[in-house]
Amino acid sequence: MKGSEISLKCHKIIGGYGEGEALVSHEPICFYLTDPKTGIVREKDHELAGKNLANKVLVFPSGKASSVVQIDGLFKLASYKVAPKAMIVKDVETVLIVSAFLVKVPLVDRLEKDPFEIIRMGDFVKVDAEKGRVIVTKGRS
Amino acid sequence: MHLTKEEERILKGESGEGTQKALELLVAIGDAYDAEKMIPISRAHAASSGQEGDLYFVELLANGGARCKVPTSTNPVYDIEYFHSLFEKIPKDEADVARRVMEAYKRVGAILSWSCIPYMAENIPLYGEIVAFSESSATPYVNSVIGASTNREAAQSALAAGVIGKTPKYGLHIKENRKGTHLVKVEASLKDEFDYTLLGYFVGKRISYGIPVLTGISRHPNTEELINFCAISNVSGAISMFYIPGFTLEASTVEEAFQSDKPKDKITVTDHELKQVYKELQTTSGKIDFVMLGCPHYTLKQVEEVARLLDGKKIHDDVSFWVCTSATTKMLAERTGYVGVIERAGGHVVVDTCIDEPCWIAYKDEVGMTDSPKCAYYRRFKDAIVARLEDCVEAAVKGKSK
Repeated sequence: MKGSEISLKCHKIIGGYGEGEALVSHEPICFYLTDPKTGIVREKDHELAGKNLANKVLVFPSGKASSVVQIDGLFKLASYKVAPKAMIVKDVETVLIVSAFLVKVPLVDRLEKDPFEIIRMGDFVKVDAEKGRVIVTKGRS
Repeated sequence: MHLTKEEERILKGESGEGTQKALELLVAIGDAYDAEKMIPISRAHAASSGQEGDLYFVELLANGGARCKVPTSTNPVYDIEYFHSLFEKIPKDEADVARRVMEAYKRVGAILSWSCIPYMAENIPLYGEIVAFSESSATPYVNSVIGASTNREAAQSALAAGVIGKTPKYGLHIKENRKGTHLVKVEASLKDEFDYTLLGYFVGKRISYGIPVLTGISRHPNTEELINFCAISNVSGAISMFYIPGFTLEASTVEEAFQSDKPKDKITVTDHELKQVYKELQTTSGKIDFVMLGCPHYTLKQVEEVARLLDGKKIHDDVSFWVCTSATTKMLAERTGYVGVIERAGGHVVVDTCIDEPCWIAYKDEVGMTDSPKCAYYRRFKDAIVARLEDCVEAAVKGKSK
């Protein structure tokens, strides 16, 4: 229901607090394949192609691509202030942790319910990594 | 994760901000993987890249007074003086980033190897050592060929581990996680190191993520063949470890490699598959502008082979010919006479430099040839044909590929 709130426990990887509109990707993400100045996904054939990561709460299964390009990709987005506000991920790996650590974007995993079931595009999401809590405000019914 | 008193003091900043940041990163990784504790490492390799994210972290550590506690080698950036005197097009700010990266690694007390195969000369683990080695060929080589243990590190997590002298105990540092996942029956005839490149490409792409166990290989693979297999399978896929029972150290039988468990999947590789891979890599043909070798860095034996193939020949006027290697190898190759032969033919042997660096901007719109799919993967050029070294050299002399 629009406006209803769901509170979920999660596991903190990189601490901090971030909130914003949800952007949900079912495919892994490579930050290098976004436009560093705007945050728009440039990867052809990606389900988020043409969508903008800037200031969103990004929900995605995992990162991908070599460590150098992934880390540099997120770093460039952050230096143009168009990085996501927080990230919710299913399968975490070292490179994604390092990327989020460098740009200080909160990163959490292990939500008590499947984030892909609960969170939809356009929901408003608050990620409080410190308290291990994600609050989803439904945008559409 | 359980932290010792000393680790807690470091996290509070009592050993300085640089060391604190390094441990903060390692603890974040440890927590993510539910590591029980930190374990000591004996050495590290930071895949420095000369890019902005790399610069930020190494300067954060260096400015915060951090110093490497264990030997920590570095990956190639590029030879700034040499390339800026050669090509005018390289943006000045790229040189500033590269220079600052190189200075900062010096300030944290890293071994300035600027080599992507440090396990050959500058920073060599032994069997059973616990280490933190980033870089595509280094991670699988150290785990599989040497039988030391490392996770698939990023440059920053490896550098942090070098500074603290520890890494979280997770992933490939735990015996059960070193279990084989896929059985790869090799029926293809593997003649030379380029065949291992093709095999690596196929296995990485097919498995994507896992620990392959290779059988059917009859001859002991040599160093260069193993380097190629490591580098390419960890680029076309994410292969941090593999077994060739009988030749690699950690498991002497297939059963041992799978820790008596069943493989998740079985794959057979014949000459047909390798031919298909080769075809896929022939993205264009005809006139070429350059040949780029040494991705990963060439060993002394490979530099010798280039010299043998070029001896008495002349590289075509329209073709630039590059061999990338480490400073250590170039010194030996100079002394032994290989560099002289390559230079007389019109080629260049360059040190400290990776193919994935801004110094190659002059070739942005040009077509080249290389023996490495990893070199082609970086897309710094208009196009790059991947072929055997002999074919690359022949094309360099004729000015065009077959």
